[in-house]
Amino acid sequence: MSASAVIFYLIAAFILGAGLLAVTSRKIFRSAIWLLFSLVGIAALYFWMQVEFIAAVQIVVYVGGIVVLIIFSIFLTQQSGKEMPAPPVKRKIFSLLAAVFGIALIYNLINGYRFIEQPARPFSAAVSEIGTQMLSTSEHGYILPFEVVSMLLLAAMIGCIVIAMKNKENIISEIPGDKIIVK
Amino acid sequence: MNGIPLTHIIFLSTALFFIGMYGLFTRRNMITMLMAIELMLNSVNINFVAFNKYLYPDKLDGIFFTLFIITIAAAEAAVAIAIIINLYRSHRSIDVEDATEMKF
Amino acid sequence: MPLAIFLVLGIFGKKYFKNTSGIIGTLALLASTVISFIAAHQYFFVDGKVNGVYQKIIAFKYTWLAFSPNVSIDMGIIIDPISIMMLVVVTFVSLMVHVFSLGYMKGEVRFATYYAFLSLFTFSMLGLVLSSNLFQVYMFWELVGVSSFLLIGYYFDKPSAVAASKKAFIVTRFADLGFLIGILILAFYSGTLDINTLIERLTAVQSTHFTSIATAGFLGVSMLTWGLTLIFIGGAGKSAMFPLHIWLPDAMEGPTPVSALIHAATMVVAGVYLVARLFPVFSMDASVLTIVTYVGAFSALLAAVIACTQTDIKRVLAYSTMSQIGYMMFALGVSKQVGENGLGFMASMFHLFTHAFFKSLLFLGAGAVIHFVHSNEMKDMGGLRKLMPITHIAFLIACLAIAGIPPFAGFFSKEEILMAAFHSNKIIYGVALFTAALTAFYMFRLYFSIFWSKESHHHNSHGEGTVSMKLPLIILACCAVGVGFIPFSHFVTADGSALETHTDMLFSIAPVTLTILAILLAAAMYKNENDKPAKAAAAFGALYKAASRKFYMDELYLFITKKIIFPLIGRPVAWVDKNIVDGLMNLLATITAKMSVLIKGLQSGKVQSYALYFFGGIAALAVLFIYLWK
Repeated sequence: MSASAVIFYLIAAFILGAGLLAVTSRKIFRSAIWLLFSLVGIAALYFWMQVEFIAAVQIVVYVGGIVVLIIFSIFLTQQSGKEMPAPPVKRKIFSLLAAVFGIALIYNLINGYRFIEQPARPFSAAVSEIGTQMLSTSEHGYILPFEVVSMLLLAAMIGCIVIAMKNKENIISEIPGDKIIVK
Repeated sequence: MNGIPLTHIIFLSTALFFIGMYGLFTRRNMITMLMAIELMLNSVNINFVAFNKYLYPDKLDGIFFTLFIITIAAAEAAVAIAIIINLYRSHRSIDVEDATEMKF
Repeated sequence: MPLAIFLVLGIFGKKYFKNTSGIIGTLALLASTVISFIAAHQYFFVDGKVNGVYQKIIAFKYTWLAFSPNVSIDMGIIIDPISIMMLVVVTFVSLMVHVFSLGYMKGEVRFATYYAFLSLFTFSMLGLVLSSNLFQVYMFWELVGVSSFLLIGYYFDKPSAVAASKKAFIVTRFADLGFLIGILILAFYSGTLDINTLIERLTAVQSTHFTSIATAGFLGVSMLTWGLTLIFIGGAGKSAMFPLHIWLPDAMEGPTPVSALIHAATMVVAGVYLVARLFPVFSMDASVLTIVTYVGAFSALLAAVIACTQTDIKRVLAYSTMSQIGYMMFALGVSKQVGENGLGFMASMFHLFTHAFFKSLLFLGAGAVIHFVHSNEMKDMGGLRKLMPITHIAFLIACLAIAGIPPFAGFFSKEEILMAAFHSNKIIYGVALFTAALTAFYMFRLYFSIFWSKESHHHNSHGEGTVSMKLPLIILACCAVGVGFIPFSHFVTADGSALETHTDMLFSIAPVTLTILAILLAAAMYKNENDKPAKAAAAFGALYKAASRKFYMDELYLFITKKIIFPLIGRPVAWVDKNIVDGLMNLLATITAKMSVLIKGLQSGKVQSYALYFFGGIAALAVLFIYLWK
């Protein structure tokens, strides 16, 4: 067993453990923190897989953005200290069954398939290459999705603002993009 | 570092995905449901990167997918939080069992 | 031909032409009458004869519904002596009724509807007489029944009128059941529904059709007899023969011109016409003819007896109609097919022809009287001869005609019938003679009661009636006188060839004498008001009472239906229908409702349940496609 293998298994265990705790924890704030740990673990995994850029993006966006957003929303809805009610037992059993069944199914599929690995070639995910390809207009360029995603972000921003705005009487419609009259 | 066969990584992401699914089915709080969804999205990301690295090392498509997924997940989480806050205002709780207007 | 005009008026007349509908209906009918006269002229004088025998011409044929290569329902028009005669009769009498109704029904709210119904009826009747296919006859038969239902129940706010129209329809419908079965039997054995072919096949003794129908038996009687008897039952219902006569007196609830049209001249003779149309087949089977004869004679006698005791003038006329149709029926019954022996057929048709005129005249005259007096009962009338002179003369002429006094029309036709009866069956002759005397008696009882017996206390409030009411009376009176002189036998006979007849003066003495005696008797009893009728009634005692109650026929029918049919047949069937048939439907509905309640629980509104089901579905599909799909 090489060192990288050991590291991988450690990271994997960390991720899974934190994830489990995130979905079963009783207190919501703790659950958010466990989620944070899980995401950090995934970033570590990316580092191990030598895609540093993705790892960096993961930390900046997911951990630094989304988890913080979640924590703020927990504060906004004044839930942080309380205990959450447990789900009904029936639901737990069915969900557990569903999850186990799913895992078994996929495991079966994976084991039956012969993945043709090509470990010989080097894998370089340098940032400059990523950047160039993203903005290129050639066949493998991703400029179009790039632009579209930027529009999506704009729409999401406006939408969030509209949806979450405090409802005054003069708001006519909540469709993002419509004219809104606010007094 | 490539002593690990691809299937192990796949298995990891599968497990993570179904953990997230379990959380989605089980959690009563809308925010924790959102957290579970994030877990699921992340598992998909791991998958993409792994496939890219192991099977198609000369292309970068998996990485791009991952980037875009992260971006979109961020946008979606924001919108979800906005909806949750809106629902909180009308129902005074973020328990998903309280929002059953679609009942028969 | 006129059928199209009638259809138009029948459908559109109600809505579009309000006050002028009467005029339009009458004009259309005038046109049709002229056409029918022209057609008659053409047929009888110009074209129709071939080798001295009148041929049956199929003017028009269109295959409507073909059940098999052999049996098909065609729409066709047949032209032969009796159909042309009926054409003339129907259109002419209908025209008279239309004109009369212009005056009688003036001021009615549903004036246009009335004329539409009249046109519908005329159309159906014409269709019936012109049909060349047996099933077509049946269709028009039913149409005639429907139109008469509509017309009898015209005053639908009177419950008695509604009940009467229902009764008429139900009784005739019941008879039509027999008719339909008879048609089916005949069609089955002869393999065709076309009347001409049917007659050919069933009268040629050597043909396979005839042997098969004559030999196949059911309950010991040959199928031919069954078929013909059933058809006769249908005709008997429509023609109000005993025991299906109960609807005719009650049908007097309709307006009087309607009674003139339907119950004097046209619908009630439909039965007689049917037997005449299928006469060649009827004459193959002696037992059926016997049935026809006895039913006809019995009805005639029964009706005459009852008519002597009725006080409602329209009811008297109704029973008189029944009696006269009985005459026609038994005349057919005693007739045979060929030559001299075909006298009964000819006499029956002739009597039909003349009866149409004088009976409609009687009804229209009664209508004029009713219009004047506003009541139907004889005791409200009397001494009207000064107040309504024209009606008086017309009524007198009609009574003389129906009594059979020469030289009026009825004399000739009645003589022919009596002669035919005399030649074949002396008992029937005796019955017919007695009935003739009774006919004279009750008709003149009616006449004297209306116009003579007591001084009238009616003042001349609105006159005798408009011109439109008097004109038909005059025309029909002239016809009643003159029609008798038409050498009918030249035109209409059983086998188409001319038949020479002569009135045997010696023979006629007996009937005429009896008739005159009866008239004198009636005059003695009714001319001036006295108590002789009451004494005579007391003398007859129970017979009188029974006769005036129509021999309790109605009560018998009511008993049968209410006590026997309803509880034993009607109730169980209704129970089955309600509980089993409906129960099945309700069961289906309940099952569906229960299942939907069960499934309803799936829509709980909980997002996570939905997600669970969603995943379950995906997993199932995945397993299915990956592992189980071969």
